[in-house]
Amino acid sequence: MTMASSSNEPVISVRDLTVGFRDRTVLDHLSLDVRPGEIIGLVGGSGSGKSVLLRTIIGLLPKQSGSIEVFGRDVDHVDDQARRALQRRCGVLFQNGALYSSLTVMQNVQFPMREFLHLPEYLLDEIAATKLAMVGLSRLDANKLPSELSGGMTKRVAMARALALDPEVVFLDEPTSGLDPISAGDFDSLIRTLQQTLGLTVFMITHDLNSLHTVCDRIAVLADGKIVADGPLSAMLASEHPWVKSYFRGQRGRMLEPSRQQLSG
Amino acid sequence: MGDEKALVDDASAMRMLTVRTADQITMLAASDQWTAPNAASLDRMIGAVLARPSLRNVTLDMSGIERIDSYGAWEISRLERELSARGGKLQILALPEQYGGLLRAVEQAAELADKVPSQPRKEFTGLSAIGQRMSNYSRGFILLLNMVGAVCAAAFRAMLKPSTFRFTSTVHQLDRVGWQAIPIILLITFLIGSIIAQQGFFHFRKFGADDYVVDMVGILILREIGVLIVAIMVAGRSGSSYTAELGSMKMREEIDALRTMGFDPVDVLILPRILALVIALPLLTFIGSMSALYGGEIVAWLYGGMSPDIFVARLKEAISMTHFKVGMIKAPFMAFVIGIVACTEGLKVGGSAESLGLRTTSSVVTSIFLVIVLDGLFAVFFASIGM
Repeated sequence: MTMASSSNEPVISVRDLTVGFRDRTVLDHLSLDVRPGEIIGLVGGSGSGKSVLLRTIIGLLPKQSGSIEVFGRDVDHVDDQARRALQRRCGVLFQNGALYSSLTVMQNVQFPMREFLHLPEYLLDEIAATKLAMVGLSRLDANKLPSELSGGMTKRVAMARALALDPEVVFLDEPTSGLDPISAGDFDSLIRTLQQTLGLTVFMITHDLNSLHTVCDRIAVLADGKIVADGPLSAMLASEHPWVKSYFRGQRGRMLEPSRQQLSG
Repeated sequence: MGDEKALVDDASAMRMLTVRTADQITMLAASDQWTAPNAASLDRMIGAVLARPSLRNVTLDMSGIERIDSYGAWEISRLERELSARGGKLQILALPEQYGGLLRAVEQAAELADKVPSQPRKEFTGLSAIGQRMSNYSRGFILLLNMVGAVCAAAFRAMLKPSTFRFTSTVHQLDRVGWQAIPIILLITFLIGSIIAQQGFFHFRKFGADDYVVDMVGILILREIGVLIVAIMVAGRSGSSYTAELGSMKMREEIDALRTMGFDPVDVLILPRILALVIALPLLTFIGSMSALYGGEIVAWLYGGMSPDIFVARLKEAISMTHFKVGMIKAPFMAFVIGIVACTEGLKVGGSAESLGLRTTSSVVTSIFLVIVLDGLFAVFFASIGM
């Protein structure tokens, strides 16, 4: 496992975070810890601010108040160089992949390596091909352009690129949305395998009840700008918060019913 | 124990791997961090170890390692693969157990990556590039003709069934390419007219031919410069925006969405745009020519000392309706060419941001080029019919 996981300090620690746009407050004094080596799933209604939270943590959005610590360092009080070093320890998979449209799959994966590590060309090719194989793509796909990829392949390439520098934390924004259930299941097991082999900490936003059920160690529910419930699936099923109740025990949440019986029984 | 050699000239690499040889077995002792930031040094070190052709059986002692990531694991798997290719074997000692899974996963992936060959290199790349380019040019020409046909067909459809014509869209485009272009067209043509007049006075004065400046300004502007400057301005201003608009709509599958709803993109998007250009360019040419003549008159007055009354009187003698017609007849044809090129290039945009930029550039360059070629053809034509 990684160094971060040897101690039990949280990898990401968000305290009293407030983020808003003009007169609308999206996140209201939100606090959340992400512990090393866990897969945490963030759920919440559309527009509840899940992506805003993710983007604020990785530094794409400014915050109004509160503090964010990544690897034990307050991101407000680090210089540019240290911030870049922190960013290198994080990988991000954006919702639509955000692959560079004018680069091939191979070049997309190599891009961060080329910028940060001074590796010989053959090593770049080999490592990138290995990363692509780890996410289930072959060298035949390597010379394709992002516009020639299917949705599932785009997500896989984006995953390979997020993992290019062997980050310790990966942020996944709806990794399985838009995939068919089989591909989504494959992607879930991919995340699980990578998390186990690479010792990753995974922070994922998801709406997929199956993902929450099969991959996530812990679930955090975002509603009204706060984390209203936080814990394993059994805690979610027991929660009395109205949104959590309708999400996990509503029509679509019923498919978790057998597991609920197992958990309670 | 055996000898310890400096394999590479790199302190951080030396720290990661030390080599001992005893009884024909090479002992490698790993230490420090085998991670991405150290990957370049580590790769050189492993390369130096493998450079010994006699190397067969190697024991890799991982007890001193602090941390491995997939880069370090890949180097271990590389060592293993190259040794087994030579008939040797790699024995790994004291690998911290949490890395077992990582090493296996990387080994599997690297093997998988090795199995599939990369695409074969192409031969005769220079020659094939020339051929590719020629075939692209001819395909581009065919696409232009195709667009001309499609727009004409759409225009006929609109004439037969006027209710299908997009009147609102046309007016909106007319506002953008016509009305909103007026200030910049006025300014530029005014300046061009002034400059021509100033140069005329400066050089003609040597021969005492001041009066003929008015002939030159009038004929040049009405026949050639007015329409050409305006067409080039419109190609840069509106042609590029047509290409970028249609291109980004193509990228985001909006054009496919139109098709699936049963609309022809030529009817909905392209015909109104081209029609708006064909209407706007003659009007802009007229406005621009007047502005240029006005610029010439101001310069004649302030710089050449010719009063406006005399300028206008000279102008009446110098120019005829023919000169005016020659300029105005060219305008709609140039507008048509600009519109066709801009829309064709817009629909050629592929999936990438780069291709959008490429197509926009190509749209402006091609349409300006074709406008000038067309102007030359018109000059020959008008000369032969005596206009």
